[in-house]
Amino acid sequence: MTGFVELRDVRLTYGGKADGTLALDGLSMSVKKGEFAAVVGPSGCGKSTLMKLATGLINPQSGTVEVANKEVSGPVSIAGMAFQNPSMLPWRTTLENVMLPLEIVQPHRSRLKSEKKAYIEKAESLLELVGLKGFGDKFPWQLSGGMQQRANLCRALVHDPALLMLDEPFGALDAFTREELWQVMRDLHGEKQFTVVLVTHDLREAVYLADRVFVMSARPGKMINERHVEFARPRPIDLTYEAAFNDIVHELRGQIADARAAA
Amino acid sequence: MTNERWIKAAPWLWSIGLFVVWEAAVHIFEFPVYILPAPSDIWGAIVKYWSPIWKNSLQTMFTTLLGFLLAVVGGLALGLAIGWSRAIYAGLYPLMIGFNSVPKVAVVPILVIWFGIGTVPAVITAFLIAFFPIVVNVATGLATIEPEMEDVLRALGAKKMDIMLKVGIPRSMPYFFGSLKVAITLAFVGSVISETVAANSGIGHMMLSAQSQFNVPLVWAGLFALAVLGIVMYAIMAWLEMRMTGWAHRSGNRP
Repeated sequence: MTGFVELRDVRLTYGGKADGTLALDGLSMSVKKGEFAAVVGPSGCGKSTLMKLATGLINPQSGTVEVANKEVSGPVSIAGMAFQNPSMLPWRTTLENVMLPLEIVQPHRSRLKSEKKAYIEKAESLLELVGLKGFGDKFPWQLSGGMQQRANLCRALVHDPALLMLDEPFGALDAFTREELWQVMRDLHGEKQFTVVLVTHDLREAVYLADRVFVMSARPGKMINERHVEFARPRPIDLTYEAAFNDIVHELRGQIADARAAA
Repeated sequence: MTNERWIKAAPWLWSIGLFVVWEAAVHIFEFPVYILPAPSDIWGAIVKYWSPIWKNSLQTMFTTLLGFLLAVVGGLALGLAIGWSRAIYAGLYPLMIGFNSVPKVAVVPILVIWFGIGTVPAVITAFLIAFFPIVVNVATGLATIEPEMEDVLRALGAKKMDIMLKVGIPRSMPYFFGSLKVAITLAFVGSVISETVAANSGIGHMMLSAQSQFNVPLVWAGLFALAVLGIVMYAIMAWLEMRMTGWAHRSGNRP
């Protein structure tokens, strides 16, 4: 059985084949449908490149990328993306920002006008789910960083993507807000059952949220290990202070330290 | 008075202060009127020559605004084209730099050969001088779209046109409206230069005639008329900017 997101022996060079930087080489990974996967690795190992590959923003020089059993050759519109920078548009209200993908992706795009009310309700229920009820008519700059990031998650999810790609979405937040958003993410995933690929450098975040953690080597990046995380769901946040949890974090930390040393 | 009210009153106090010092200086040092007329002399000239000043002001205003409008249309179009395509950018940018580095007063003689003395060269000079900042600003707004934003939209299958309409163009609007303040001032410079060199009407022309008749207070009155026109046009543009792109000027005290 092949996975929902399937990368096979991918190789990618930036800036020309001959003298460019080899970002990824021989990278393979497979994420099952509905699974929460996290990718960790030393900095500069090509984690973000992985995101662009899986969403079809760039194509590999060799190897194949498949999403939902179809080879990816251009942007896949079944994906939602969120980055560390919430990149809300300042001239739109939070609700309008969240609804932006609906103006782009079919079939919502052509339905948006006639079923505006239903879509607004949907966006508002998403906002409520992440704890932003009543903030829809605020402008993004009236929200705190954590609230903007919540809205960013809503925007990534409003068109019901089957795949959610997250690139260090909680990296710029303070520790408390981050833990709050981990729980928001946990609940969103629990409720909607989409597939997630989370790129992060926070090992506790990876272990807390993911079913499986992939460890990448230093550049040129490839997968050197994958670790199943079998804690029962839904996971309470206190889990992150338990010994079994910390053992896994430690283990992953050791692997990344080795990968860095090998570089 | 509270500090707040002093700050409110400051522009008026300073302006009045300037005129008082000026008036006093002229009387104390007994400058002849052809060197430096006192504000009261200039005011006298404004009252006396009100009709020609008003007529010529309207003419200057008209050429400035017409040139400015052409610059807005042309600048917006070219700015969007440059921001849209890297090939257009690469091709046009050096040309524009070269073009912009030519002092526009040097173009007036050519315009006179083509169109004769009068309104047309003034309008075109105003256009030529004003459109460059608009182009640069609009193109900058488009070029500085956050790459993450572009990725988010492209991954959704957005076409270039979608990204431009949803992100690029709204994003460049504060730059555009900001550049209008610069552009209107420059258009004004352009039209007055052209009027001074080659025209039969307008404030520039009026000042030149007054100078040849040694009517120095009228020359200064023309200068004042220009200052007033310039301030009014700038203020209109500043108001328009706040009106259209208030979101970019966020501050705590906005409702």
